[in-house]
Amino acid sequence: MNTPLRRVAVAVMVMVVALLVNATYLQVVKADDLRSDPRNSRVLLDEYSRQRGQISAGGTVLAGSVATDDRYKYLREYPSDPSAYAPVTGFYSMQYGKTGLELAEDPLLSGNDSSLFGRRLIDMFSGRDPRGANVLTTLNPMMQQVAYEQMTSKGYTGAVVAIEPSTGKILTMVSTPSYDPNELSGHDGAAGRAAWERLSTDPSQPMLNRAVSQTYPPGSTFKTIVTAAALSNGVAGPNDQFTAAPNITLPGTSTTLENYNGSTCGDQATASLYEAFRRSCNTAFVELGVKVGAAKLKDEAAAFGIGVEDPPGVPIPVAESTVGPIPDNAALGQSSIGQRDVSMTPLNVAVIAATIANGGTRMQPYLVDQTQAPDLSELSKTKPVSIGQAVSPQVASTLTDLMVASEANTAGGGRSPYQIASKTGTAEHGSNPRNTPPHAWYMAFAPAQNPKIAIAVIVENGGDRALAATGGSVAAPIARSVLDAGLAGG
Amino acid sequence: MSAPPPPSAGAFPSPPGGFAPAPPPSTRRNQELLLLAGAAGITTVSLFIVEASQEQSITTDIAKYGVAFLALFGIAHLAVRRFAPFADPLLLPIVALLNGLGLVLIHRLDLAEAQKAAYDATSVPSPDANQQIMWTGLGIVVFISLLIVLRDYRTLARYTYTLGLVGLVALAIPALLPSRFSEVNGAKIWIRLPGFSMQPGEFAKILLIIFFAGVLVAKRDLFTAAGKHFLGMEWPRPRDMGPILIVWIVCIGVLVLEKDLGTSLLIFGTVLVMIYIATERVGWLIIGGGLLALGFVFAYQLFGHVRVRVDTWLNPFDDYHNTGYQISQSMFGFATGGLAGTGLGSGRPQQVPFAKTDFIVTTIGEELGLIGLTAVLMLFLIFIVRGLRTALAVRDSFGKLLAAGLSFTIAIQIFVVVGGVTKLIPLTGLTTPFISYGGSSLLANYALLGLLIKISDAARAPAPTRKRPPAPIADAATEMVRRPESRASE
Repeated sequence: MNTPLRRVAVAVMVMVVALLVNATYLQVVKADDLRSDPRNSRVLLDEYSRQRGQISAGGTVLAGSVATDDRYKYLREYPSDPSAYAPVTGFYSMQYGKTGLELAEDPLLSGNDSSLFGRRLIDMFSGRDPRGANVLTTLNPMMQQVAYEQMTSKGYTGAVVAIEPSTGKILTMVSTPSYDPNELSGHDGAAGRAAWERLSTDPSQPMLNRAVSQTYPPGSTFKTIVTAAALSNGVAGPNDQFTAAPNITLPGTSTTLENYNGSTCGDQATASLYEAFRRSCNTAFVELGVKVGAAKLKDEAAAFGIGVEDPPGVPIPVAESTVGPIPDNAALGQSSIGQRDVSMTPLNVAVIAATIANGGTRMQPYLVDQTQAPDLSELSKTKPVSIGQAVSPQVASTLTDLMVASEANTAGGGRSPYQIASKTGTAEHGSNPRNTPPHAWYMAFAPAQNPKIAIAVIVENGGDRALAATGGSVAAPIARSVLDAGLAGG
Repeated sequence: MSAPPPPSAGAFPSPPGGFAPAPPPSTRRNQELLLLAGAAGITTVSLFIVEASQEQSITTDIAKYGVAFLALFGIAHLAVRRFAPFADPLLLPIVALLNGLGLVLIHRLDLAEAQKAAYDATSVPSPDANQQIMWTGLGIVVFISLLIVLRDYRTLARYTYTLGLVGLVALAIPALLPSRFSEVNGAKIWIRLPGFSMQPGEFAKILLIIFFAGVLVAKRDLFTAAGKHFLGMEWPRPRDMGPILIVWIVCIGVLVLEKDLGTSLLIFGTVLVMIYIATERVGWLIIGGGLLALGFVFAYQLFGHVRVRVDTWLNPFDDYHNTGYQISQSMFGFATGGLAGTGLGSGRPQQVPFAKTDFIVTTIGEELGLIGLTAVLMLFLIFIVRGLRTALAVRDSFGKLLAAGLSFTIAIQIFVVVGGVTKLIPLTGLTTPFISYGGSSLLANYALLGLLIKISDAARAPAPTRKRPPAPIADAATEMVRRPESRASE
């Protein structure tokens, strides 16, 4: 029996060698692939022990990492006015993942991005812990804070988006009500879970970024698109006459549609386009929209970025704005005053204002101005990108004149030290629109002849004015405060 | 069988003054004590490292576990000194080191669980290391009892059929019990009663090895009966294949009814090798291999759980979130460990499900790296080879087969477990001997160690000196037949 015993001993050695060869393959040859597999939760956990990069705005640190003495080494902190910046920064949570820029710029912030490879290598050899890159946003902290204070001091639900027309830089992105991302980034799991439970079940949806993730009926602000389509296609000029009647029957139906408060459009039988735009007369725009036609209206809307692919310049995902289906003239009439199925993000409304301000050239909006390596050397700088001419400079100029006239006709208008071009909107919504407080809109840019800032404000459900709310009375004052803050500073 | 040692014939003339008294035969017990002290040292240092990197402070657990470890193996050593003085000095220290390492890893995973519980604000589970110490204690009680009770392991041969029957029944009980008493995590291999649960398969394994050693010694003729000469070797006659077919059917039954691929592979492989050693015929290995292949093809075709295991083995990441989760996590763990490991207490082995039992080898691979895994496999290899050496050295066939079976079963188990978690072969749910958490496994393996030590004691004990060379049979006086005396009474 001894010969087979010796052979069995050899077989056992072969078995152990096979195990070792396989283990070597797994732990040495294939190890890198497996380590970098995104499903490997150890990678994520390693990130917590690495110093994550900063997110900042004009020298203000919005998100940073501070060293702790617990086993995760670093705590993510949102030191300055966290609720005001939450829609931009998002949160960074061990349990619930990431949102906002924390998610969009994660490879850079965590230091995993390939552009940081060389530095990681140096860090490895010099024995320094790898660090993440910094993200510098385009936000103007003054405007951001004013916008947030204005919205929250009155308890408004809504959003404010401001853009630099010549570049597309997003200067303000506020969504209210908001939340404190510090509550979700802590290392205390129970506290984090409690905060998550509270925030995610809150009916006011504090974690919803209304500026980009939510669409609303644009109401009368959409009249700028109808006007732009009419002017660009030669359908009508500013002096062409339209009905001034207080109400109009939608083509092919018995449904009537009326002007705000049922008033006539001025004191004549007809009103010019200029007058209709200034007074925001619904009946005239139903007529104008039908005259323009669905195809041209849709084309013009697309030129302003409505219903086209989410521009990649904003790293945070943007909900798609849409004109909706326009099957007949009745639908076209309703759509022409920004109702029915037209729905837009506040960002897109701000883009419309910025495009008109920029002489009709639509710039791609963006939120990240620069990225910096941990040693503060520049990694990348965003170059403004033009995504097309929505209207000619002449049409843009005419639209500006119309919007200046509209501002003069809006409550509180004309008191600023600079000229504002604006359009208000009071959008009905809900299943019983007559008795549901309307959304109050205001889009504007200033100074009208040398625009520095374009802005869109929405206050959901009439803010504090309920059914009596209008864009001019509720949303406009907020936008003017933000414009004041932005223009005074620069 | 080896021939009896040649009689020490007195052919030489006695030197003047006669022979000096022979030195006492070396027992090597002090070597064992030294190695045990080394094992205790490694275990204690490892506990320090774990605590230092996990808690950043040293708790009383070290003293508790360290003292318990010292006391248990001190007693075991004394028992070996008293009851098996000539036993192989490596077996007990290797088991002590493996058991100590298991204890360290279980304690380390306890700490991870406690941390998670603190993080989740749930109650901290009672530490499994305490249980493991208790099971180790019971295991050593079983071990010492075997040394004392079993004066001569050959007495076991008398109970061949009884033990075999008990083994089969133990193996079959979980299959016959309703699932709620026998199923844990999908494997029907338990007996679960309130306040008590065990895996009878662990014990059945040893009983069946004893049974087969007995049967093979008694009925070797049955297996060696001349058969046909075919393909260059002697094949057994079909009618002699009954016993192995029965084992095959039993193993398939275990696989089908208990969904336990590991145990059926373990038992069948061990029996096959024992037959080979007993008969010295390769033909049996070929037949057995064929039956094994047939069994698996058959099982793969018919049974879903076998198919799932094999598919998961081939493409572990395809169903990452379900069947592939364990093996994927295990591979991530090995890859994270790399060559040198993350260091004890610094990895995240708790990411792998069942890290304390089926996947404890992954914990070794992650925290001690390929180097640590190699060291552990070498310990097992030395243990198995020392066991096979015992089989070579021992003089009786029953002892040879028993020692070979017991050693080889550890070899298969290591191969199946380590091969399973490193994706060399499909995953099966077996524990790692002496390291994994679990009472049944520890008790059974300590019983195995006891038997092996007992056989090695017999193998290494100096042969009883014969008073005189046996007289030729024709010259011998008739003797009164007596029962064979056991050695302890000599």
